[in-house]
Amino acid sequence: MQMTDPRPLLSGQGLSKTYGKLRAVDGVDIAVQPGEALGIVGPNGAGKTTLFGALAGAFPVSAGVIRLDGAPITTLPAHRRCALGIARTHQVPRPFLGMTVFENVQVAARAGGGLDDRASVARAAQILGATGLGDVANRPAGALGLLDRKRLEVARALATNPRILLLDEIGGGLTEAELEVLIALILDLKAQGMTVIWIEHILHALLKVIDRLICMAEGRVLAEGAPRAVMADAAVRAAYLGSDPE
Amino acid sequence: MTDTRLRPLPRADRLLIGAAALLLAVLALAPVYASALVIDKLTQLGIYVLMAVMWNLLAGYAGLVSVGQQAFVGLGGYAMVRLVETGLGPFPALLVAPLLVAAVAWLLSSFVLRLRIGEFAIAMWVLAEVFRALVMTDPLVQGETGTSLVVLNAYDPQTRRLAIYWIALASAAAVLVAAYRLLSGRLGAESQAIRDDEEAAASVGVSTFRVKRVIFALAAGGCALAGTLWLASAITFQPRTGFGIQWTVFMLFMVLTGGLGTFLGPVVGAVFLIALQEIFGDFGAWYLFGIGAVAIGFALFLPRGLVGAWIDHSGREPLARRRVLDDACQTPPAP
Ligand SMILES: Nc1ncnc2c1ncn2[C@@H]1O[C@H](COP(=O)(O)OP(=O)(O)OP(=O)(O)O)[C@@H](O)[C@H]1O
Ligand SMILES: [Mg+2]
Repeated sequence: MQMTDPRPLLSGQGLSKTYGKLRAVDGVDIAVQPGEALGIVGPNGAGKTTLFGALAGAFPVSAGVIRLDGAPITTLPAHRRCALGIARTHQVPRPFLGMTVFENVQVAARAGGGLDDRASVARAAQILGATGLGDVANRPAGALGLLDRKRLEVARALATNPRILLLDEIGGGLTEAELEVLIALILDLKAQGMTVIWIEHILHALLKVIDRLICMAEGRVLAEGAPRAVMADAAVRAAYLGSDPE
Repeated sequence: MTDTRLRPLPRADRLLIGAAALLLAVLALAPVYASALVIDKLTQLGIYVLMAVMWNLLAGYAGLVSVGQQAFVGLGGYAMVRLVETGLGPFPALLVAPLLVAAVAWLLSSFVLRLRIGEFAIAMWVLAEVFRALVMTDPLVQGETGTSLVVLNAYDPQTRRLAIYWIALASAAAVLVAAYRLLSGRLGAESQAIRDDEEAAASVGVSTFRVKRVIFALAAGGCALAGTLWLASAITFQPRTGFGIQWTVFMLFMVLTGGLGTFLGPVVGAVFLIALQEIFGDFGAWYLFGIGAVAIGFALFLPRGLVGAWIDHSGREPLARRRVLDDACQTPPAP
């Protein structure tokens, strides 16, 4: 039902991740084209975050193959995938609590971005400005509230100079104005050629950015295609019944 | 983007570094004004500082809690004995042996660093016992009896004492400077990231294995240097002492009382241990009791150690290697 371009930037085929008897991700095929923005929605526990973990290499998959630019990366450790250009944010932010905000971003620019000391300082400063963290740059990361922690997740991921950005529910809890800033940031990145996969419950924000939408439920892909069509899909509506689509 | 700058080192830190340089000069001249007994104590202090800094690097910065560091202290001594046997001079051997031990640790790291934390601690202790047993099978070592570095008797006692003192002093100073530089650079930031959240560190490109491996090998080399220095002053190498658990107990004590994961903690802890040994040393078995009681007291009332307590009290960490982005360079937040 979906046209698949022969050259996706990142793809997963038959991806599965099981925890004991639970199939958190169950035979998912996913592919994203260079420069594309792909949205993922789905009820709680659908396996969206677990899918990101699999793509980014946070844990080994139970089955399936992951490719970047056509080359298999299924067994590469997370830091190698980061160096190859896959960066993720964490749904529950995981800042380095013993460091300042600036240090959090700089270590990412050095390690993942491969920059030297001087260049990483400059890059970290630039990204902190772009993500609205300039004012709190020298605060301990542990002193940040949830919103700034989410911003820090984005800033740290960007500092690694990724080709593909995996964003996991970074919009929740933002005011409309803050959401607009975030959307502008992502659109700007997209305009510069960044590939994005964005998991988000806030549909109207997602729809302003994405080219294509996937809906997951119970570890599987329920529907995939043009955003409006996916949201109109009967199975998607059924999966969301009782949970909150907006 | 070139307008970004880092704020220079705080004034208090610059003063501290100046004071440390002055202290080093005063200590280097100690033979001029201090008795042989004091020189020996200072040598011991240098060796303790080495060991404490190494254990702090491991546990405080790489999160590697080892109760088997005596493996490398002992291997250092043994490697020195072997090198001297092949004809190398005792003083070159004293410095080459730690390099060999660091290389051994590099190889070992491929499998011990894949263990989980608890397993790693125990595995290191088992390794120390295995190394001791292996070394005792070497005819040169003569089992329990051990062997003596008789070549050292070629030097007159005072010359030897001073040479070892200066090497110990230089080693302790060099290790502190090296640790400071290392920790204020990429390795320090990466190890801190790993300590805070290993999975998140990997996700931003930190090779957690590489960081741990470098620190593990460095710590092994440093402990081996402590081992060779100690052997040079004691002359006799006995496997039971060289590979004795007391080394690791001392390291733990110094780092925990000084302040785990703080730069100055191990130095303060080493001075503290030497002082305690002076106080309780005359009380025979009570000495161990006293040390144990102090350790328990710290665990209960000063769990972050002396330097940790000072940091909590003053709100700033001396020589913390903080990178501070200069105010003037911060871009205003997006509207
Ligand atoms: N480490 C783990 N161990 C055991 N079960 C897990 C683990 N991680 C996730 N799960 C389970 O896997 C399923 C999928 O979780 P996941 O976090 O991927 O869902 P999600 O789609 O991201 O949900 P949400 O919208 O709430 O973020 C859930 O049932 C969850 O409880
Ligand atoms: Mg999730």
